Amino acid sequence: MTRGTTGGPGTGDRSVPAAGSSPELGAPRPAVAHRAGRGAGMARRVARDFSRNRLGMVGLGIIVGLVLFCFVGPLVYHTDQVHVNLAQVDLPPGHSGHLLGTDDVGHDILGRLMYGGRNSLEIGLAAGVIAVWLGTLWGAVAGYAGGWVEGLMMRIVDAGIAIPALFLLLVVATMVTPTVPMLIVIIGLVSWLVPARLVRAETVSLRTRDYVQVVKAMGGGATRAVFRHIVPNVVGTMIVNATFQVADAILLLAYVSFLGLGLPQPQTDWGGMLSNGIQYTYDGYWWMIIPAGVVIVLVVSAFNFVGDALRDAFEVRLQGRS
Amino acid sequence: MRSPFGWFLLKRLAQAVVVVFFVTLIVFGLLHALPGGVARGILGAQASNAEIASFNRAQGFDKPLPVQYWMYLSRLLHANLGTSYKLNQSVGSLIASRLPRTLVLTGVSTAVAFVVAVPLGVWQAIRRRRLADYVITTGAFVGYATPVYFLALLLVIVFNADLHLLPSQVPGTYNLGQLLAHPSVLVLPVVTLAVPTIAVFSRYTRSAVLDNLSEDYTRTARAKGAPERRVVGIHVLRNSLTPVIAMLGYYVPVMFSGAIVVEEIFNFPGMGLLFWNAAQTSDYPVLLGVILLIALATVTGSLLADIAQAVADPRVRSGLK
Repeated sequence: MTRGTTGGPGTGDRSVPAAGSSPELGAPRPAVAHRAGRGAGMARRVARDFSRNRLGMVGLGIIVGLVLFCFVGPLVYHTDQVHVNLAQVDLPPGHSGHLLGTDDVGHDILGRLMYGGRNSLEIGLAAGVIAVWLGTLWGAVAGYAGGWVEGLMMRIVDAGIAIPALFLLLVVATMVTPTVPMLIVIIGLVSWLVPARLVRAETVSLRTRDYVQVVKAMGGGATRAVFRHIVPNVVGTMIVNATFQVADAILLLAYVSFLGLGLPQPQTDWGGMLSNGIQYTYDGYWWMIIPAGVVIVLVVSAFNFVGDALRDAFEVRLQGRS
Repeated sequence: MRSPFGWFLLKRLAQAVVVVFFVTLIVFGLLHALPGGVARGILGAQASNAEIASFNRAQGFDKPLPVQYWMYLSRLLHANLGTSYKLNQSVGSLIASRLPRTLVLTGVSTAVAFVVAVPLGVWQAIRRRRLADYVITTGAFVGYATPVYFLALLLVIVFNADLHLLPSQVPGTYNLGQLLAHPSVLVLPVVTLAVPTIAVFSRYTRSAVLDNLSEDYTRTARAKGAPERRVVGIHVLRNSLTPVIAMLGYYVPVMFSGAIVVEEIFNFPGMGLLFWNAAQTSDYPVLLGVILLIALATVTGSLLADIAQAVADPRVRSGLK
């Protein structure tokens, strides 16, 4: 259940705001307080701390492995993922050279994992990035503006969080036939609320800093303050949150097919393969269910491991200075 | 009400009202974003223009949007959620008959999850960076990363298809009493819904306990010679539980999201299944009614969580503006 769908498994920084707290009490601690201009040294130290985190490195390894599998794999392992082959349906693993068997229209499952994985990874990555950008802009503008504008903007975020994404997507499924760009936009649009809260909370603490006040006093516009002074200072939070957002976007995408909003055949993604396998629960065709489910769990866990390790790496820096 | 706490309560209540107002705007907007309008969705592509016009007139859809919104709001204020297009019942009575079953499902699984997750999280915090911590952390991340319907499928394959131990479908006619009289039908849905909750709450407990373990009062308790069991079991646990219990309030929308998937898979006759079936038949009054109710529950949940934290923790209270 996702996040969007879900509150994450992360620690306080993420879980409380993810699930809908008030601005005052559940305000997230900023994951990072890093000053623009120290970029290069900062990045090196974060990379060093990250590389010492075993779970983080395992996660990174899994992600690299799956990307190679999806994008390089088809060069080595050739399969037909477009045409229906009724002579080859429902074959068990190992039969006629199909390492993981075939599905109900004769597509090779291993090849389909590579082919569908591209969609899952691309949609997840793009939607996660859109969500973080949208959320950052919304949160930075709200936090910088303050007053009733901030209140209004954050109540809109609260209202969005009060309507769970799965319910919204189930209604949307009755209206449209999805394409890849449409899924990216839809998932991005239901996922920007949590980053908006995180960035707003950090912006509020930046707003009172001298250098932001000076920009204001010198007559610098709000746009300049937001883009030149606030966004660069929340970059660490954005990076950490983006990792979690990508994980949640891939997970949400897995639900999308289950809700009837999946890509039409012959296109697919891992969630589409998994929900297609549901109808064979009692037929013993485990190869249509388990492989797709396992790669989803692998990639989502991996992004969460990396996000957790990144946050720890950034936080160590914070503790080291104070 | 001159106290800071009184002001805080007033302010939060006012915010909650504004949020609910925005939710009605979004929900109303959604209804009018339908391609071809509601009438097409209900009467089908075959309907004649005359039929559509008369449907729109009967439902008031021919009036200007602000007027329609005003009518929608005033109906809501009279606790009237409208009438289902397909089930020939008021949305209020449909929800009233389904909601208790969903509350049993979500309530029991949250209770199970809480009882499992809190000791797990405490254990992890004590054994930080040891094997047990890594194993449970990995388990929590995997539990979180597993789509609920994948988990449900695995459980059905093992406990129903292979072992024939537990039923995989709840008889659709079961009322609340029958559900409670046949607890075996509840096992798989409750376990499925509890797993991701355990993942989230064990992580959250772990971080809350870790925060408290590094506090001054813990050092003081240790310094005066209190046994570790007492330090963790009494002082740390009590302070860590407040945010964890408050988290329950913030968790309401996630719980309902899980319930809709679980109810669909196990044919559990609750509010999620009602919503699911309404989506398949374009029964918009039911869809909007359920969304509005969940939004209300979410807003109430986070309001209660904020208040609980402010009441229980003087540090939070003193931070109020």
